[in-house]
Amino acid sequence: MGARPSAASAWISGEMVCLFAVMATLPLWIEAAGLYQYLGIEIAIWMIYGLGFNLLLGYSGLPSFGHGAFFGIGAYVFGLFQAWAFESLLLGIALATVAAFAAGAVVACFLSHRRGIYFALMTIAFGQVFWFIAIKWHTVTGGEDGLLNIPRPALELGVASLPLGSNVALFYFVLLVFAVVVVALWRLVHSPFGKVLQAVRQNEERARFVGYNVWRFKWAVFSLSAAVAGLAGSLFSMAQQSAYPDVMSLHASGVIVMMTLIGGGFVSFWGPVVGVAVYFLARDVLGAVTETWLLWFGLVFVVSVLFKPEGIAGVWQERVSGVLRLRFADAPLRSGRTGDVSIVGPEHGETKDAIGQSPSGR
Amino acid sequence: MALFEARGIHKRFGHQVVLENIDLSFEAGRLSGIMGPNGAGKTTCFNVLTGAFKPDRGRVIFDGEDITGRSPDAIARKGISRSFQTMSLFDEYTALENVLIALPEVRGRGFNMIEPLAMDGEAADRAAAVLSRVGLSGREHRRAGDLAYGERRALEIAVALAAGPRLLFLDEPTSGLGAEATARLADLVLDLKRDYSIVVIEHDMRFLFGLADTISVIHWGQVIAGGTPDELRGNKWVQRSMLADLGGSP
Repeated sequence: MGARPSAASAWISGEMVCLFAVMATLPLWIEAAGLYQYLGIEIAIWMIYGLGFNLLLGYSGLPSFGHGAFFGIGAYVFGLFQAWAFESLLLGIALATVAAFAAGAVVACFLSHRRGIYFALMTIAFGQVFWFIAIKWHTVTGGEDGLLNIPRPALELGVASLPLGSNVALFYFVLLVFAVVVVALWRLVHSPFGKVLQAVRQNEERARFVGYNVWRFKWAVFSLSAAVAGLAGSLFSMAQQSAYPDVMSLHASGVIVMMTLIGGGFVSFWGPVVGVAVYFLARDVLGAVTETWLLWFGLVFVVSVLFKPEGIAGVWQERVSGVLRLRFADAPLRSGRTGDVSIVGPEHGETKDAIGQSPSGR
Repeated sequence: MALFEARGIHKRFGHQVVLENIDLSFEAGRLSGIMGPNGAGKTTCFNVLTGAFKPDRGRVIFDGEDITGRSPDAIARKGISRSFQTMSLFDEYTALENVLIALPEVRGRGFNMIEPLAMDGEAADRAAAVLSRVGLSGREHRRAGDLAYGERRALEIAVALAAGPRLLFLDEPTSGLGAEATARLADLVLDLKRDYSIVVIEHDMRFLFGLADTISVIHWGQVIAGGTPDELRGNKWVQRSMLADLGGSP
């Protein structure tokens, strides 16, 4: 997951420019490709969701199977704010994000002492609690029907008001939010905070022994990831003009895990972006051919987990590094020693143990 | 006054008593050793002293402050670092990143979510200097998981050193090393002794007797002897304990 120092320290990377450029032109060619404008909105929203989710799964190694709850909280809070208070795009989004953050913060208090299977099971349990509340609290959430007729408020810029009623206009607004989220998360994963998260994923015990309060980092990343899910949820309710419990279901929470893993969230920042695009294209392209598209997609997921858990991004990185390895095959692999006391020998060679074997087994 | 003291430490797992009434004292600026045969309770003792386990009874005092039962991260922030017998590194990170993440100034900015770590040239220079001190110059950008065994041992010590500790615990640093590498490690520890207060757990008698100012011998979960290497050489309990570990008879 490492990046070159130059790329890591930049606000904008080459990959970002390419991605934003392709996405910005999407309304121009998506219909010519046999698809439809709304798909672009859906993809951008789920990419936001996926990138936030990957802070947890890919960067921190914390598997959440109940993240749909926070996506749903964002959707409901946005809808309720428009219905009960007044129509305001930015305030609605901000409130939805804060509400999801607060819910995530409370849940994280119970989760942050856990890891592995216990962490995962507790996320399922909490996700189900929120889903159940959404279904049963009819007077607020509308029960199984959910909230309907959620408006798409205009973007008020003081001097001008930009209506977001059309899918193209909404797409560009979502794309703007997406760009902000990408840049913010890119900075975050290369910041000391992001580096500590990755250290915790690799070796929680050592992170603790070099002085990091691991609980606080887990709490913070879970809450942040929930906030990003809430942000995506608010955009989703605006796009769908409704909010319903299905997005909080175990199935919906599983979909974001699947997208992130297939894309390669474990090895690349861009993994969830790839996974979301592949999922929606499979749904619409494969779905046009067969109703059982999810079965085939599920099989691809199983094969991916079994044979290539690094996902599509992992395959890509392997091919690129393979090419680089061939190109630089003649370059010296070992650099010289520069002095000081060394326990690793003058040639940096592998130390042999008493019976002459390499203890590391490499 | 001793920099670090353990008084009456008692630890049991289920019905098994692993440490019984352990008293230890480590002076500032000295190299103290803890020695004993395999299974004597050395590593459990280390784990209690560095916060991995809470003692059932007894107190741990560091620089006059009671740190008994504190978490490992709180103890680390007090200025106590440790290395591990079974190597414990951030394997996907480069050697430089392993050290970088352990630097106090980076730890102090742990919740900075905006400024990229790669931009901090000063921290990178300090991390490179630590690597150089343990002989890992030229290995900065190698993944820790790809380093050779001896290099990983050196990196273990570098990560512990990165915090600029007031007291450095080394848990069986010669474990898995051959004779030549052990000799080099002895040179390194001697070099570190000039700047750090060090506690070394070791069952390699020769290694420890050559380096330590004072040694405590643990056997059957108790401190059976203590003193300078010269004092301990003639101690019959120490000889019995060590011969038992080597499979001989007293």
